[in-house]
Amino acid sequence: MIHTVNKSPFERNSLDSCLRLSLKGSPILLLEDGVYAATSGTSVSDKIAGAAKDHPMYVMGPDLQARGITEDEVIDGITVVDYGGFVDLVVEHGTVQSWL
Amino acid sequence: MSDTEIEYDTEGVVKKFMYVNRKAPYGTIYALEVLEAVLISAAFEQHACIVFIDDGVYQIRKGQDTAAINMKNFSKTYGIIAMEKEDADEDEDMDMVWRIIVEKESIEARGLSADDFIVEVEVIASADLAEIMAEQEVVISG
Repeated sequence: MIHTVNKSPFERNSLDSCLRLSLKGSPILLLEDGVYAATSGTSVSDKIAGAAKDHPMYVMGPDLQARGITEDEVIDGITVVDYGGFVDLVVEHGTVQSWL
Repeated sequence: MSDTEIEYDTEGVVKKFMYVNRKAPYGTIYALEVLEAVLISAAFEQHACIVFIDDGVYQIRKGQDTAAINMKNFSKTYGIIAMEKEDADEDEDMDMVWRIIVEKESIEARGLSADDFIVEVEVIASADLAEIMAEQEVVISG
């Protein structure tokens, strides 16, 4: 199973619920407004960095780019993927749970 | 014109579905859309875990009355689903496992308990619910 989060952690609790209800080791992909969680220097950065120790964490590059976030600003341990990478993750991990 | 009869063979395809409700009932359309999918799932006799997390728990809270806001009170439909579930549980010929689950942390955060819901629910903590979620074949979220 792969989990996706598409809401900003500053507006919604989608990411918190995802972290509470995902098994250790299951991958998490941040996309759309969810990518704001991947930036360093925010009030949630430490939480995300901690979560990245328990989960393979990915972030959608095109969504970062669209929002003016450079890859240098992405928290260490989070892998930037493109749409092809998203497809590969879904093929590899099967069932998707979208935290909307 | 062809007189070939088309046969659809869907018998025997039964998957484990989970429906994840995380939105309160009337502010957005998510809750009603998930409910529509649950009903389709019942028609095809699929296995289903209907889960209520975060504000989704408000969907099945007792005492809803939408008359004054001109919207359909669909919490009653969950009452019917619960009755159908009981029938399916008792029918030995029917291979359809249904569960209605609320997340313990979500109801506690909202000052609710198992008695506050219009249907009988299983109250399950997040760590155990994560295990159940990971076992599913199809997850539909709202």
